[in-house]
Amino acid sequence: MNTPALETRGLRKSFGALTVANAVDFRLEHGARHALIGPNGAGKTTFVELVTGALQASAGQIHLDGADITHLPQAARVKRGLVRTFQITALFRRLSVLENVTLAVCERQGVGGGLFRPAGRHRGAIEEAHALLEQLGLEVEALRPVNLLAYGRQRLVEIAVSLALSPKVLLLDEPAAGVPSGESGAIIKVIERLPSDIALLIIEHDMDLVFRLAQRITVLVQGSVLVEGPLEAIAMDPEVRRVYLGERVPR
Amino acid sequence: MTPSRAIDAFARRHRYHPLEALPWLAAVASYFIFPDYLALGAQILATILFALSADLVLGYAGIVTLGHAAFLGTGAYTAGILAAHGWGEPFTGILAGSVAAAFLGFLSGLVVLRTTGLALLMQTLVVATLVAEAANKASFITGGDDGLQGMEVWPIFGWFRFDLFGRTSYAYCLALLFLGWLIARQIVHSPFGRSLIGIRENVRRMHAIGAPVARRRLTIYTISAALAGVSGALIAQTTQFVSLSFLSLERSGTVLIMLIIGGVGRLYGAFIGVPLYMIAQNRFSEIDPVYWYFWIGLLMVLVVVFARGGVLGLFDRFRR
Amino acid sequence: MGNTLSAAVSIGFHGLAFAMVLYLISVGLSVTMGLMGFVNLAHGVFAMAGGYVVTSLMSRWGVPFLPALLGAAVAVSLASIPIERVLYRRLYGGEELDQVLLTMGLVFMSVAAATYVWGPLQQPLQPPPWLSGAIDLGVRSFPAYRSFLILCGAALVTVLWLGIERTRFGARVRASVDNLRMAQSVGIDTSRLFMTTFALGSGLAGLGGGLGADLLAINPSYALQNLAYFLIVVAVGGLGSIRGPFVAALLLGIADSGFKYLLPEFGAFFIYTLTMGILLWRPRGLFGRA
Repeated sequence: MNTPALETRGLRKSFGALTVANAVDFRLEHGARHALIGPNGAGKTTFVELVTGALQASAGQIHLDGADITHLPQAARVKRGLVRTFQITALFRRLSVLENVTLAVCERQGVGGGLFRPAGRHRGAIEEAHALLEQLGLEVEALRPVNLLAYGRQRLVEIAVSLALSPKVLLLDEPAAGVPSGESGAIIKVIERLPSDIALLIIEHDMDLVFRLAQRITVLVQGSVLVEGPLEAIAMDPEVRRVYLGERVPR
Repeated sequence: MTPSRAIDAFARRHRYHPLEALPWLAAVASYFIFPDYLALGAQILATILFALSADLVLGYAGIVTLGHAAFLGTGAYTAGILAAHGWGEPFTGILAGSVAAAFLGFLSGLVVLRTTGLALLMQTLVVATLVAEAANKASFITGGDDGLQGMEVWPIFGWFRFDLFGRTSYAYCLALLFLGWLIARQIVHSPFGRSLIGIRENVRRMHAIGAPVARRRLTIYTISAALAGVSGALIAQTTQFVSLSFLSLERSGTVLIMLIIGGVGRLYGAFIGVPLYMIAQNRFSEIDPVYWYFWIGLLMVLVVVFARGGVLGLFDRFRR
Repeated sequence: MGNTLSAAVSIGFHGLAFAMVLYLISVGLSVTMGLMGFVNLAHGVFAMAGGYVVTSLMSRWGVPFLPALLGAAVAVSLASIPIERVLYRRLYGGEELDQVLLTMGLVFMSVAAATYVWGPLQQPLQPPPWLSGAIDLGVRSFPAYRSFLILCGAALVTVLWLGIERTRFGARVRASVDNLRMAQSVGIDTSRLFMTTFALGSGLAGLGGGLGADLLAINPSYALQNLAYFLIVVAVGGLGSIRGPFVAALLLGIADSGFKYLLPEFGAFFIYTLTMGILLWRPRGLFGRA
């Protein structure tokens, strides 16, 4: 397929004199395993916010599977399969794990605003949510409030919620951020097992993760794309090594 | 827990629990036990409905408002003006009050709900003040400072008169509170209601799961206004009087107090907080209004610092 | 035409005096809300307390006017510290509803306490003889007290603005309002900063309350009666801004004076509708952070 799953053309965002995204051209192919890396403050999360619609772009276009979504509100983009997770866990903290995912399922099914049937009667949605929990090994804690879970488990719930939305394009913003190393293994396994028809973009700092999960890499520096290419090429690129002075780049 | 057990437990939350019959049994029993206090009782029941409506926006959707009395007052004046100008049929009066309040809720919601935080708080205050000013200026209809005079409410079904003992008022308010409660309960347990909690807990997340947040907030704001309008019309019809105090900041403030005493966002907080507050006010504010103000103020400070969940929250703590 | 000019000057003059009072009282609230994110509905209590202290010092102990003002500012400032440490601090970063209810409770308590101590009637301010009467500028005469208000207010505002811009303390306040976490990571003791700014803001409010006793009557319901005005100044001006509330206070003061003079029936309508419009256009206020 020639149409990329996600594409940005000349994407720009400025806050007055400060430009945080500078004419970013980006392509995410169907079924891709793509990573977006860059030093702190490079604008990676800003890019995610622009693509998902949480931030309005100053200029440029965004295309989802060929369709122009530049002016669509965030909720509409989600409905078309453009889904993200948050770098700092953004869940309904006092609600149970099961309810967090069920809410997402209901929204996807279009019954999220239903007034006439009690939520408990939407058995199908609840069962689908529970099945998702089982897939990710979270079913043991289904009824526990999310804020009582270990942080690594919370990050898994983030991913579960995003999967509940049947994403075609999934943007994972530092999925293992803040997770103690003992718990990050589970997250990596889950990402590796994601269906191959989902186009995946991972924003990451952790190079080990990037090298394990990604096939292509885009390097973002100060809001502009420095270089983009397959994993091996980027790993060898002297520019990238210079930018990541001091960071381990495994051979 | 086997999967079906977890799912069952989750799916059963909306089922009626025997304890939920308690407030209604208490209300019916009070009819017989306190025959001299039925007029006050009717006011308490109507105010519970008001607090319930406020809880929907405040406790569930997380919209902090200092202007909810605008809807109470609109319902009250609508029903009152009808009754003062020859149409005293109670149920249609309630309906008219409710529709008028819902209309105000929808229009003001379109404006007010675009903001959050302090701006939102301010906007609710501004709307309520504008409505109060309008009511004051339109004194040729509303009676202005003197209040609305000359209300004549017809007997219910042409048979049950609104008498001085408050028997009809009490039953009337109880019936309408029951209806309002059914509606509120239905909303709270529906997917819509659950999504409101999501909006309150993490609005960014709600956007990110594709929920139409603005539309949901406007819907609950309008429904809440409609219910508040019913309670206003009830109070107007059962006291046969409406005054500018129905629209005051004090009204908006005291409903917040009553809710926090009972417990916000718990559906039943209103049923506990309102009677406690109103009975205490009835007893003590006559004795010395200054002391009443002081102790209520102190109570609020103590509740916020030590007992944030209100009475229901304390129950929860003891249960563990 | 002479009449219109004369009316305009009157409105401008009285509006400016009112604006000064409103600003002095509200600037502390703006910084508190912008810095600590705390909805303080009880801010008017400090202004009221200042008013009561000034009038009591003058009428019961014969303290002269200026020392009484100073005493009020200091007293209110010091008294505000335990309230901030013991009560407000618990709710920083907490839910808005909690803050609204806590501060409302404090307002209720203050109404009762003021009634108990001073009775329900207004405490009139007797300006000292050197401020009574009018200043005659030949073509017009201006009430002396209001003139003093404007000059005094202007002086205080200048000191305040210079302080915020030029001192290290002011720099710390501005940095913390801008980005609290960043400020903390740079080593600013935000807890102490909160306490100090709160005390300063409350002291200023006390001063404003005392100075403006003639415009905003000192009585037990003061905090409730004037709550809307203080909130409007802060919301329209912009939370955390020092200059924004000044512009808002000017708008409010002149609109209020203008309508009192020209169309007393509709002043409230205009002011509230204007507030609503501004907040819709700029939800963070005219000078608030985006």
